[in-house]
Parts: sequence; C-alpha cells; structure tokens
Amino acid sequence: MLHTNIIANMNEVNALPLQVNNLQITKNGNALLSDVMLSIESNDVTVILGPNGAGKSLLLRSAHGLETLSKGSLQWNTHTPQPQHSWRAYIFQKPVLLRRSVRANLEYVLSLHNINKAEYTSLIDTALEHTGLSQLADRNARVLSGGEQQRLNIARAWVLQPKVILLDEPTAELDPNGTAAIERLIKTIAQQGTKIIMSTHDLGQAHRLANDIVFLHQGKLVEHTPAKSFFEQPQSKMAQDFIAGKLLNGD
Amino acid sequence: MVLVLNDFSHAFSKAFQLIFQLDPALIEIIGLSLRVSITAVFIASLIGLPLGAALALYKFHGRGIIVALLNAFMGLPPVVVGLVVYLLLSRSGPLGVLGLLFTPTAMIIAQVCLITPIIAALTRQTILDANVEYHEQLRALGAKASRMMKTLLWETRFSLMTGVFAGFGRAIAEVGAVLIVGGNINHATRVMTTAIALETRKGDIELALALGIILITISLIVTSLVMSAKHAAYQYHS
Repeated sequence: MLHTNIIANMNEVNALPLQVNNLQITKNGNALLSDVMLSIESNDVTVILGPNGAGKSLLLRSAHGLETLSKGSLQWNTHTPQPQHSWRAYIFQKPVLLRRSVRANLEYVLSLHNINKAEYTSLIDTALEHTGLSQLADRNARVLSGGEQQRLNIARAWVLQPKVILLDEPTAELDPNGTAAIERLIKTIAQQGTKIIMSTHDLGQAHRLANDIVFLHQGKLVEHTPAKSFFEQPQSKMAQDFIAGKLLNGD
Repeated sequence: MVLVLNDFSHAFSKAFQLIFQLDPALIEIIGLSLRVSITAVFIASLIGLPLGAALALYKFHGRGIIVALLNAFMGLPPVVVGLVVYLLLSRSGPLGVLGLLFTPTAMIIAQVCLITPIIAALTRQTILDANVEYHEQLRALGAKASRMMKTLLWETRFSLMTGVFAGFGRAIAEVGAVLIVGGNINHATRVMTTAIALETRKGDIELALALGIILITISLIVTSLVMSAKHAAYQYHS
C-alpha cells in the first residue's frame, strides 16, 4: 500500500500547522476577508462554516495559493502555498474533468507532478479502489453521474497521497446518497492520516464530520472552536443565531 | 432553348463518363489539388493551432494588434494573397533565388497564407471559451502555462477540427491565389479551380463540368466532416 518514492517525498514535508496571520483579501475596494488570525494544528477534519458570502471559499483558495493576499500571511508550516505543491490537493464544488477515461484523468494528475511512471498503475488502482470507481476505470469521465464525477474528483486528489486535501463545498450539488458517499470517503481519507479542511454551509454535515469548526461571517473569523463545544455552547451570538437557523445569507 | 438544354445534358453525360472512366487528365488535376490543399492545411494547422492557443492564453505586448490582424486576414481576397506571394517569389523578389514561382510549392505557400489566419482565429476563440471552464481547475491541479495550453488543445480537439476543415474548404475552392503563383501550367500546376476557369473559357464544358462535380462532392464531404466534428464536439461537451 505504501508507495515509496511519493511517501518519501511526503515525509520531507511537514504541512502543519497552518498559520494564518492577519489575512486580508480586498477586491475592487471591498474587504472580502479581513484580520483573519487562525492556527490549525490537529491532523483531522476542520470544517469552515458560515453563510454564503462569508469568505469560506476565499480562505480555502488562499490556503492552496490560488489567491493574492492583500495583507498578512498564510503558511503551511514553513511553506507559502503554491498550486504546484503535490503534498496538497484542492477540490472544487463542481469538478471539471478532462474529456478522457477515468483512469486517464488520474494519469494526467500524476504526470503534472513528476511521478515515476512505474508507480502509476499501483497509485491509480489504489485511488480507484478507495473511491469505488474500479469498474468505471475505462469509462469516459464526462458521462459519469454527478456523484461518480465528484468521487473521481476526490480520487484525483487522493491519487497523489497528499498530506492535505482542501474541499470547497464538495457535496453542494449532490443528492443525499451522493453526499453520504462523499462524507464516508472524507472520513476514510482523514483516518488514513490526511489533513482535511472543507467548507460547507450544511450544519448537519459539519456536525457529522468536523473535529473543529472555523466559523466565518462577512469576511471575519468569528470563532475557531472544537466541534463539540461549537454545537453545544457556541461562544458568539452569530454562531448561536447560525445554529438556530436565524443567520441567513450575509445578513 | 431546347438546343441549349440538349447541350447541357450532353455535357453532363460526358462529364460523368470522364469521372467513371477515371480519365487520366482528370485524375492528375484532382490529385494535385488534393496534394496542394492537404499539405497547406497541414502546415497551416501546425502554425495556426499553437498560435491561436497562445493568443488566447498568454498576455504580451502587441497581442491585441496580432488578434486584430488575424481577424482581418480571415477574409483576405485570394488574388491579393496571390499577388503578394508572387512578388515575394518572383525572380527579382526577396525569395526569387529559390525558384519557386509557378511550382506546386508556391501554391502551397499561398494557400498557407490564406488559411492560417482562419485556423488561428477559430482556435483562439475555441481555446478562450474552454479556458473559462478549465483554467481554475488545471491551475489548482498544478498545471503550468505550457502544459495548460497542450491540455486545452487536446480537450477541444473536435471543435478545432471544425476550423481545420473550414480552412481546407477555403483552400480547395480558391482560384485567385493559385492561378497567380501557380500559373495553371498543364501537368505541373493545374488544379481543379484553375482548370475549370480555363476549360470553360476554351469551351471544353465537359471537363470543366466533371471537375465542378468533383469539387462540389469534395465540398459536401468536407461539410459533412465539419458537421460530424461539431456533433462529436457537442456530444463530448454534454
């Protein structure tokens, strides 16, 4: 199960802690994220929670090096994130799959990261097996169902056996069955030692998956607390309102 | 009137005879036409596909001007292209030493000039559209710019084929440029369109008509290839 050259690579990288210091992102004069101070150390599932427009995606994107910071800093241990890092993967809400087979979609990702060709088959087979896509390996990725596409999206991240996977509302477009499958996958990945940071606006999902909650509202960090205490005794008024279902989109 | 109709149907039956007998003169002309235009499309694609993709994906000084020129050149009058290539290749021209004027190579050069802008401009638009969908995803996966360009060209291959076939359609049907730089020399540079023009003028309607029928058939085949490429692209997109 262990793939020596990648694992060797991975072992050199210490991704955690994630340190966010005074992060600010301003676009067209609007501060979309401001004064975010955050430190994530535990190697399990962190859920970024908040209503639409809270800045969840922006924070995740920043953690993958997809945004230019207006102020402050964001670092994985000593590393400033760049999308090219193979120890970290990013999953979009809606996957854009390549017009080729399921297997070829995974080969493509490996080919972007200088991975020894001899490793391809075993890495891909492992990822397919974990995501339940082995039977569909030769199917054109674009004809898969929504749930299968999102599983392939996750396989595409997992195939690199990264230290960290970032997921932006991974189940927002799925039905309950598809959602359950993705949640099971996320749990499995986390159990195998990959750090998960995901955003959602679904309280139930946060409840089911989160070890700790980062609660954002209007571009500001409201609280970062263990999931248990967040749901039982939220510290802030806004988190209380959100849990009670009173906090609607950006109000 | 009756007489004219008779002439017409006579010409038609003679034309079909030439086609079905595989008349050597006819075959020679068709062969050269296809050779010149297919080579021209191949070279124009080698230039136009990466050029169009680069114009869609890379920002650099003068890009706007190149794009504007490209779009303007899409509708270049073939005779003007012929004239310019003629001047370049003529004995006193800058490339005169190569001795290419009135050879099939000159005709290929002229057709490449005609259709490269078409292929490049259509490629640019296709890649621009695809980039909207793919850019963020490919970037997040860790793809660098050059790899992104290759990936997008491959992902849009069916749409791009439409542009390539459109280029071929224009090349094979064009008279002005090949006439000027080729000279319509028998057994050397005579292609379908120039032969039709000549034979009609000479009154040899049968050969002209036979060539016309072949040319239309080729156009129909190309059009249906374009349509099936579009269909394949659509199926792949949905």
